[in-house]
Amino acid sequence: MTAAGARAVRDNVAAGTVSAVEVCRRALDRIAATNPSLNAFNLVDADRALARAADIDRRRAEGEDPGPLAGVPIALKDNLSVRGMRTTASSRILEHYVPPYDATVVSRLEAAGAVIVGKTNCDEFAMGSSNENSAFGPVHNPWAPDRTPGGSSGGSAAAVAARCVPLALGSDTGGSIRQPASFCGTVGLKPTYGRVSRYGLLAFASSLDQIGPITASVEDAALALTVMAGSDPADSTSSPRPVPDFTQALTGDAGGIRVGVPRAFVSEGVDDAVRKAFDAALETLRGAGASIVDVELPHARYAIPVYYLVCTAEASSNLARYDGVKYGSRAALRNDDGIKAMYSRTRDEGFGAEVKRRIMLGTYVLSAGYYDAFYLKAQQVRTLLKRDYERAFEQADVIAMPTSPTPPFKLGERTADPLQMYLADVFTVSVNLAGLPAISVPGGFADGLPIGFQLIGRMFDEATLLRTADAYERLAGWATRSPAL
Amino acid sequence: MPRSLTVEEVERIAALAHLELTGDEKRLFAKQLADILEYARQLQAVDTTGVPATAHVTTTRSAERDDQHRPSLPVAEAVANAPDGVVLETDGGGGALFRVPRVIG
Repeated sequence: MTAAGARAVRDNVAAGTVSAVEVCRRALDRIAATNPSLNAFNLVDADRALARAADIDRRRAEGEDPGPLAGVPIALKDNLSVRGMRTTASSRILEHYVPPYDATVVSRLEAAGAVIVGKTNCDEFAMGSSNENSAFGPVHNPWAPDRTPGGSSGGSAAAVAARCVPLALGSDTGGSIRQPASFCGTVGLKPTYGRVSRYGLLAFASSLDQIGPITASVEDAALALTVMAGSDPADSTSSPRPVPDFTQALTGDAGGIRVGVPRAFVSEGVDDAVRKAFDAALETLRGAGASIVDVELPHARYAIPVYYLVCTAEASSNLARYDGVKYGSRAALRNDDGIKAMYSRTRDEGFGAEVKRRIMLGTYVLSAGYYDAFYLKAQQVRTLLKRDYERAFEQADVIAMPTSPTPPFKLGERTADPLQMYLADVFTVSVNLAGLPAISVPGGFADGLPIGFQLIGRMFDEATLLRTADAYERLAGWATRSPAL
Repeated sequence: MPRSLTVEEVERIAALAHLELTGDEKRLFAKQLADILEYARQLQAVDTTGVPATAHVTTTRSAERDDQHRPSLPVAEAVANAPDGVVLETDGGGGALFRVPRVIG
């Protein structure tokens, strides 16, 4: 039962063939069995989950429609606010923070009948590509415990891969949904910027952040997005565009879809196994009726420096709020300490190394004398990158790339060299800079390790993106594999 | 643009960012930040003459709503997470404050 997807759980709960409480108990049992080795969860709230599940069963028994996600157990990345549920962003500075309100996605998912079982581990404030920057220890990859699950939404991807829950939410600022989905053999969808409200997401880089689902199938991602998406008065960047039922877009074929491949960009620095899997995935798509065309993204090679200048600048501003005054921890003070000493010591003790590094870099590039050379320059190249995509989408309906240049790497392998870690994001960050939707789907294996296949769509055209990904998934057949745990 | 950062430069940035770094952190960041900035120097090769900056990708104008009075977060909840928050026992005003160390002097 824990292997069933969100759609199947919903159907069974709605039909009364299984109770939401029973589904919830199985999810909690699976978490209890796997979490000691995976460390995927920062918090599990069994009492709250079972009470919510009982409520779903009661509503169904009374003849109410229990909703499109009735009884589906879900996990939330620990940077999403739930009223009354500890939310830490895997940071010491928020170790005891309890939000006084729900994120909009949380309200929508619960109103649709989903049952939150807990909060998942992640890189601190979503800054990282391996989940090793968590104050609560790294997550282990369910396919290979000595390897990273990717990051920053590593706990969410591991929880879905380990079949603890059929749906977990992540946030994606530069690949933090797609790359862990790739490393854990799951589906990860980053919606168009503005498609999903960010209200209640602990902000990292506000022009790039977007919340999205991690699931075992494209269909479940489409189902979740349909529930999560839509305008929200609490987030002025959320789009007023109407939200279609994305599950209706899944026709099972990719007939007439032009898949663009930026050959020059994807030929450099890619692991052989990833390259082979990528070429095979393109052949599979051709078999599903798609045509493969060449596109060019001449500025994509600059995406990593642009991204790390823009995201750190925004982060240095966003994280200024953690100062030991309104929420979070405060360092112990001596009698003669003034407020500045309190700020500085609180932030030094509360933040981990990568968060400090990014705050420092962002502060530097925004400071007098360096603003034009770094920050403004990066924003200009961001414009060129966005134009590259606009031109490419004149020739193609979706664009294909690997999700990550390598299969999951080993824990500890890259922690000593931050720049080396950043290079792992080469195929994901440009999507956030351009605001586009993108999805990573299981695209093969190398020595038993999952490899993701990434598709990128036009702004607000998640329908075509999901249709193409679903057609690929059905033909490729990778989604049926799960790790031996 | 510097190929390496001095510890003094790191201290200047840390002061702007309100971060009290240890000596080891300062030395480590001096090297790591310089490495990252050196890598970012490749952007200087891109011709951006006349190219506008993109600060965000939102395609529509930010949404506005009617200015309507609605209940806001009760003050007791607003200060509940503070390391040193105080709810004042006032007559119906419901005041609260965040207590901090001395600001001046």
